[in-house]
Amino acid sequence: MTSATLRHAGWILRGNPLTAVAAAGVFLLALIAIFGPWIVPYDPIVSNVSQALMPPSAAHIAGTDQLGRDVFSRLIVAARLDLAIAVSAVGISFAIGAVIGAICGYAGGRLDRGVGRFVDVVMAFPLFVLAMAMVAALGNRVENIVIATAIINLPFYIRFARAEVNVRRNVGWVEAARACGDSHLSVVLRFLLPNVLPAMAVQISLNLGWAILNAAGLSFIGLGVKPPTPEWGIMVAEGARFISTGKWWLVAFPGLALMLTVLCFNLLGDGVRDILDPRMRT
Amino acid sequence: MTKSLLALSDLHVTFSTRRGLVEAVRGVTLSLGEGEMLGLVGESGSGKSVTGFAITRLLDAAGRITAGDIRFRGQDITRISAGDFRHLHGAAMAMIFQNPRAALNPIRAVGDQIADAITAHKRMPRDEARAQALGLLRAVQIRDPEKRMAAYPHELSGGMCQRVMIAMAISCNPALLIADEPTTGLDVTTQKVVMDLLTGIAAERGMATILITHDLGLAARYCRRVVVMEQGRLVEEAEPKTLFRAPQHPYTRRLVAASPTASSRIADLVPEEERGRHAAMHVALKPQPAPGTPPLLEVQKLTKRFDQGAAAVANFSMTISTGESVGLVGESGSGKSTTSRIICRLIDPSEGEIAFEGQSIGHIPARDFHRSLFRKDIQIVFQDPNDSLNPRFTAFDCIAHPLLRLGGMRPGDALRQRVEECAQRVGLGIELLTRFPHQLSGGQKARVGIARAIACRPRLLVLDEPTAALDVSVQAVVLQLLDRLRREDDLAFLFVSHDLNVVRMMCDRTIVLQNGHIVEQGESRAMFDNPKTAYTRELVEAVPHIEPKLAATAS
Repeated sequence: MTSATLRHAGWILRGNPLTAVAAAGVFLLALIAIFGPWIVPYDPIVSNVSQALMPPSAAHIAGTDQLGRDVFSRLIVAARLDLAIAVSAVGISFAIGAVIGAICGYAGGRLDRGVGRFVDVVMAFPLFVLAMAMVAALGNRVENIVIATAIINLPFYIRFARAEVNVRRNVGWVEAARACGDSHLSVVLRFLLPNVLPAMAVQISLNLGWAILNAAGLSFIGLGVKPPTPEWGIMVAEGARFISTGKWWLVAFPGLALMLTVLCFNLLGDGVRDILDPRMRT
Repeated sequence: MTKSLLALSDLHVTFSTRRGLVEAVRGVTLSLGEGEMLGLVGESGSGKSVTGFAITRLLDAAGRITAGDIRFRGQDITRISAGDFRHLHGAAMAMIFQNPRAALNPIRAVGDQIADAITAHKRMPRDEARAQALGLLRAVQIRDPEKRMAAYPHELSGGMCQRVMIAMAISCNPALLIADEPTTGLDVTTQKVVMDLLTGIAAERGMATILITHDLGLAARYCRRVVVMEQGRLVEEAEPKTLFRAPQHPYTRRLVAASPTASSRIADLVPEEERGRHAAMHVALKPQPAPGTPPLLEVQKLTKRFDQGAAAVANFSMTISTGESVGLVGESGSGKSTTSRIICRLIDPSEGEIAFEGQSIGHIPARDFHRSLFRKDIQIVFQDPNDSLNPRFTAFDCIAHPLLRLGGMRPGDALRQRVEECAQRVGLGIELLTRFPHQLSGGQKARVGIARAIACRPRLLVLDEPTAALDVSVQAVVLQLLDRLRREDDLAFLFVSHDLNVVRMMCDRTIVLQNGHIVEQGESRAMFDNPKTAYTRELVEAVPHIEPKLAATAS
């Protein structure tokens, strides 16, 4: 990042405090994900039944669960796993989807129609059910959650990149690049993809939130991450059993963590696009 | 003088932008009589359109009238309420926009749109409004008006859409019509028809008209009085005859000089007092190539058919020798862009042969031509400098790109030196090389595009309307630059343009295309002075000239 880029980012954030708040939230989340295990007050796995189901107090600010584990510590440690699943799933679907979509959008014709119909077929499935089926078939492991989440996100990236590239395939600078000796493939990868990146940044940011929800949802129904690993979806699932007896903190805090995380990513989207687009600079 | 209809006094319009307040109009005072036709001429950024928008209250949210007033029939309309103003809109004043296709609703039949404009101001049954709309379509001379009532904008040509816009604008018989670049983007022959129609209707109905345009020739041909604006100020006001014969203000002088006429030469494009350094440009004729050597480019029986339908280009043959400049003119759809891209080997011909220095290059598919040794010999300058530069590349990256790809250079000091040398050749300041395209002006972007094209020292440069999107004063400088580069490098030009005056000046020979066929070709001056075919004659006559004698007949 050049200093001009940083200055520009500063300008955008000053003009748009909501984006700045979201960016700060995502930054904090990243710090928690990296340093979480070292800063938590209690071990997130070891049980202490004598302290079970304590409401929030000074010692346990988010209370304890049915095995006496500190909910706050578990929340903090879970951030790493949830973020890792979301980031790698979105990263995979973006990398593959953008390239396939860009090539289809540029080439058009039979390839474009074929891929388009395939995408339509995938999108016709209820996507969460598709992810469930894939995790169930591939095996109940974290990698498979990542793969399933990546596959159900793929159609969106293909469509998005295709549409964005398609409107640009006939602009002057694409022809100019051809006249300057670039092959078609190089035009797509080195010229068109970087130009659609700002628009895709919004999609990526929204998708990260969605992928976290998806992973949590899979864990909630017992697929993917297994107890006692701390994970927000499992925490909500386990806490749900106690909600009728008034033990609200077991569900409320992981739910809040999920909600805030998704909200931060969603709010960040538009700001990221403005920062990445060189035309927004003066 | 006739009764005053509109009077602006000391009008100021200010826009608030990211960089603070920008004054777009700085004290414009002018008046317009009933039924008068006034030309408001200026280059981009002169504030001419903003003045028009201020009169009709169509300024966008960031713009405000900060001082001065606008009087319409003696009433100050600067500060009346939006509700009162709505009665004026359409009924008393109407506006015609630059891009008619964008100004019409794409999903509504044009007849209904005109009827909407009528019922917006007068309550009347729908049938009656539609009957009036039909009458208006007849008035703007649309063929088959009954059928066209149900047509959608995309089914009509640009000229037809502009007629529909005119029909809408005159639907309530306004006293004042403001036409903002009404024919920009239309072919010259269409321009002539639309302008003749517009002035005819205005005269017939006694409407006062303000013609906002960048084209001095157009204003001179149709207006009794021309006002020249520069940077938000009014610099000169005169009858066209006097304006062109004896321009008073230095800016007007520069503008008049920069507008190419039938007799101007490239050196004439800057006023005499600023000339000097171009005086030595008229060097002797270039030496003829030795007999027997093949021409630089030879095209034979070129035909291009797209997926279905008629050929875009048919049976096109031409030659260009080293250092020669050949013009390719024609209206939109004549196939000139297709031809230039085939010669550039960006698209494949359906049939025909292309030879470069005697070697066939037509059989190399466009897909693989980037690997050909001839790629760097044939380069192209694109029409719109705004969309021909990658928004994510700095000016430096743009110029370095062909050097890295075709020149075999690697990033480093040698490349930097070479790019800076190219920038200097096209008169682009080295400090501008770090900027992104949107931080450059239109003229600067055009220079980057030219620098990129000449970076690898090509032998043939295809110029696809290189100055169509530029202001005349910038066009003048760019044309001189191109001519100088051609002489320095012994470059051959294939100059594609719709502007006959520019082609006449820039090209030794010219080819006239119509519907993909060559209708006439020959030595440029001789052909335009004495066209053989009806089509060429029609093209030549449609060009608005600013010769004093023609201006005199217009007034």
